Order: sequence, then structure tokens, then C-alpha cells
Amino acid sequence: MNRQQLVDRIKAQFGDRVLEAVPDGLEPFVRVQAADWPALALFLRDQLGLDYLGCLTGIDRGKGQGLEAIYHLEKMDKDRLGIAVRIRVPYEAAEIPSVETVWRTADWHEREAWDLLGIRFTGHHNLVRILCAEDWEGHPLRKDYRSPDTYHGVKNNVV
Amino acid sequence: MSSDPVLTVPAAPSAGDLRTEEMLLNMGPQHPATHGVLRVVVRTDGEIVLDCEPHVGYLHRCFEKHCESVTVLQSVLYTDRLDYLTAMGNNWGFCLAIEKLFGPELVVPERAQYMRVICQELNRIASHLLAIGTYGMDIGAITPFLYCFREREKILGIFEAICGQRLNYNYIRPGGVAYDWDDRMVGMIKDFCGYFRPKVAEYDDLLSENEIFVRRTADVGVLPLATAIQYGCTGPVLRGSGVPRDLRKDQPYGIYDRFTFDVVVGKGEKGTVGDCFDRYICRMREMEQSISIVEQAINALPGGEYRSAKIKGKIRPPKGEAYTRIENSRGEVGFYVVSDGKEVLYRLKCRSPSFHNISVIPEISRGSMVADLIAIIGSMDIVLGEVDR
Repeated sequence: MNRQQLVDRIKAQFGDRVLEAVPDGLEPFVRVQAADWPALALFLRDQLGLDYLGCLTGIDRGKGQGLEAIYHLEKMDKDRLGIAVRIRVPYEAAEIPSVETVWRTADWHEREAWDLLGIRFTGHHNLVRILCAEDWEGHPLRKDYRSPDTYHGVKNNVV
Repeated sequence: MSSDPVLTVPAAPSAGDLRTEEMLLNMGPQHPATHGVLRVVVRTDGEIVLDCEPHVGYLHRCFEKHCESVTVLQSVLYTDRLDYLTAMGNNWGFCLAIEKLFGPELVVPERAQYMRVICQELNRIASHLLAIGTYGMDIGAITPFLYCFREREKILGIFEAICGQRLNYNYIRPGGVAYDWDDRMVGMIKDFCGYFRPKVAEYDDLLSENEIFVRRTADVGVLPLATAIQYGCTGPVLRGSGVPRDLRKDQPYGIYDRFTFDVVVGKGEKGTVGDCFDRYICRMREMEQSISIVEQAINALPGGEYRSAKIKGKIRPPKGEAYTRIENSRGEVGFYVVSDGKEVLYRLKCRSPSFHNISVIPEISRGSMVADLIAIIGSMDIVLGEVDR
């Protein structure tokens, strides 16, 4: 199976629910809505054998675009056939279903995306900050983030 | 003053008097056996680990946020500080992502390709030496640590000669490498190859055949293959579980397809496949493969340019997104870059192998002894710099 066939199988299964599919180029991906993600995740893992979640990237796409999560998935064998899945959500409803039970490594990655970008992964068993301090305010990788002036009495001297 | 000088001896406790309860223990964040600032909360029943939970983030320094405010060339410098024991690999991974954005118009010169391979493999040896040395020390063997550092020192000396730095090299840059090598540096590397070959046998004598070391590591912390993949483990941790997944073979980047080398996997030599010993022995055998790659590369090192003439001054990657990863000492290092055509990247995400390798620790340490937990954490060879970023 090559990547084109992989994308074709996703399209055959999900039809119109695949919003965008780019099988080649620098960064091949398929885009779906957040609501379709759990079904697609199970399909990718169980039917297409993509058993390895390499990376989960959260991105703030800017005003009018919202937040995006990019999952880099692969089959852990010689060919490393894989595809990225992109899911975009608006700022006011930044919620994506958690896939920590599909790929266990998603647990920490989702916590990181929540911590730094404020994407809420619904159904996650322990969605708490992982890199920043527990009482940190805001999500630093948001483009409109302003760093606080003080933290527990320590002044922020960055000009 | 007591009027009664006779000491009373307490009665021996009967079984009904003994009260046992679970205890929560904090291991770290400041603890020599955690290899950095890692805090592991351990729930124990006597000496048995019932459960544990690693807490990370103590070294968080906003690497990704920083890279959204400094130029691409300045970001290379920050990648050094991710996995500070294999900075060459981080440099290379990041540069590959930038080069991917430029596309085929940016050609990395042949000489630079060979130099990159030599640097990364030497760095892999240095990193594995430190992993093996400190692992022995975790378990109580101090001597191998000194032997390992003796050889590591020579590699750091080579790096100091070629780029002036011993740890944070900032040497591999988009389009090539930072400085050229002269005959002296090539000679140093050739000398090192001859010097290092017989040393691995010394470590084998000190550790691999050491009865105490084997008993502390064999059959301890067995990581089944399916669990390793579920948790995204890569590098020696995954290969220790018996599967030959190595990006240098599977998806050769740079010029790795030109060299002959084997991918080492754990075979359960002393115990079960995927135990601490297998992870350790993978690193040991990988050093032999690495030195062979260095030898092949240094003997074939061509002349010519050491960096692309296309990269001059400011680097403005074309608009686009790219994800690249390379096989670093601890596993796959991935960089996801988003450029909007400016000097500063719109977003940079780093996927670090230790982040995944740490998260599997609770899974394989439940039910083991507290002392074995130390052996398990050591066998993962984590670097907190790349976990916390």
C-alpha cells in the first residue's frame, strides 16, 4: 500500500466527512472534523495498521482560523507508511475528543497541547498542565498570549 | 534521673500489632539517580512499587515559544539545548526541516553530508558512553564510568577542535556545516577510530559479563514490543524490545544509504527480550556500528564546499510546512516547522524521544522493587532537557 491508496481507503470509508485530502507534497495530510476523529482514529489503527503516533502538534493558526491539532501517524514497520491528520477547531469551542485510549502516548501529548495552546481534549482522564507550573495562567503558544508581569513575586524583566 | 536503673525490654510484637500501610515517596526532582530534574511519585508497599507517576516540566524553558521570536539561524542554537548530550543530531534534525522547506533547489554539498554523518555518529558514541557509564554507576559500578569518560573526552576534544564547543555545538547549519576541517582534524578522527575499536571489549569485560550487573538488569523492567509502540518509544528502547526499527535504515536521511551497518536489536541474551539488559546491550553494540560508519565516512570524505552557497546571511524559508525526523541517540527526534516566508518561523514543534520513553516507565515498573525502579529509569537513558524543552 502506498500513501495514495491509504488516502483512498480513508476517503472510501469516510466519504464527505474527509474535508480535505492531500496525499503528496511536502506534508501529506487529511482533514476531518473533531466529531469524526474517534471513528477515524480507530479505523486508522485497526484497519490500516497505523499503530504509532509519532507526534502531536498544536498550532494557533491566527484570527479567523482557530486552533489546530496535527497528528503524525505511522505504521511501525520497514516502510513507515503514514499520514498526518489535521483537526481545526474555533477558539470559542476548542475541543477535540481524546485518543489516549487508541494510542497511549497521546495522553502526555494531549496534556502538552492543552498546557501550551489550550486545546481541551474531551474524555482525557487527567487533562492537567504538564510543562508549565500548575498555577500558570494562560496558554503560552497562543498568538495573543501576554506573559505575566510577575509570578509569585518574581518580576518579569523581559523588555 | 530515673530511680529505676533497669531498662525494660519491649515485648516482641505479635502479628496483630504489625500495621502495614502504603507510602507515597517522592523520588527527585533533585536526586542523582533521576538523571536530571525528574520527579517520580512512587506509591510503595514496603519495597514493592505499586505504582509510580513521573512529573516533568522542571526544566521547561519555552523552547518552542523562543523559536517564534528568534531567527532560524538563532533557533539552531536553541536546538543544542534540547538533548544536550547529542546536540549534533538535534542541529541536523532541525536543519533537515528547514532544508525540506527550501526543496530541491537547496543542495547540501557532498563534503558537508559526510561531515554531518561523522559528527552525528561520533556524538552517538559519546552519548552512549555516558549512558552506559552512568547506568553502571546507578547500579553501583563506578569504574566503568571512568573508562567511558576517558573515551568520551577524546570525542569532545575532536568536537572542540572542529567547532570550539564541547557540548552545545551549533555546528550543523541549514545548507551545510559551520566550519571546514583541515588535515589535523581529519587525522584526529582517524586516530580515534583506531583507538576506540578495542575499547568496547573493555566495557564488555567490566559490565556485560559482570555477574552483579547482569543480575540487576536481566529480566528487570521488561518492555513488551506492543507496549513500546503504543507509547511511541523509539531508539534503543524500542530496539531493545526486539524490533529493528532505525530511521537510518528505514528512511535514510542524508547519505546513510551509502554505508553498511547493522541495526542492533535486543535478543534476550541474559534474560527476557526487552529487559533492561537488552536496552543496555543495544547501546553497547550500536557504538561498534557507529565507529564503523565513522571509519567508512572519514575514508571517503570528499573535498569541495562545506556549505551551500545558496544560504548566505539571513535565512528566509519559503512558505510551507514540513515534518522531518532523524534517528538520534535516544530515538526519533522530529521537528515540525511552519514558515510564512519570514526570517522567523511561525511555529516550531519538537518531538523528543525521551518524552515518550519516560511516559512508559509506570507501565513497566509496577510490581518491581524500588531498587529496580532505579535500574529501569537508568536503562531508559533520558535527558530531561528534551523532555521539558
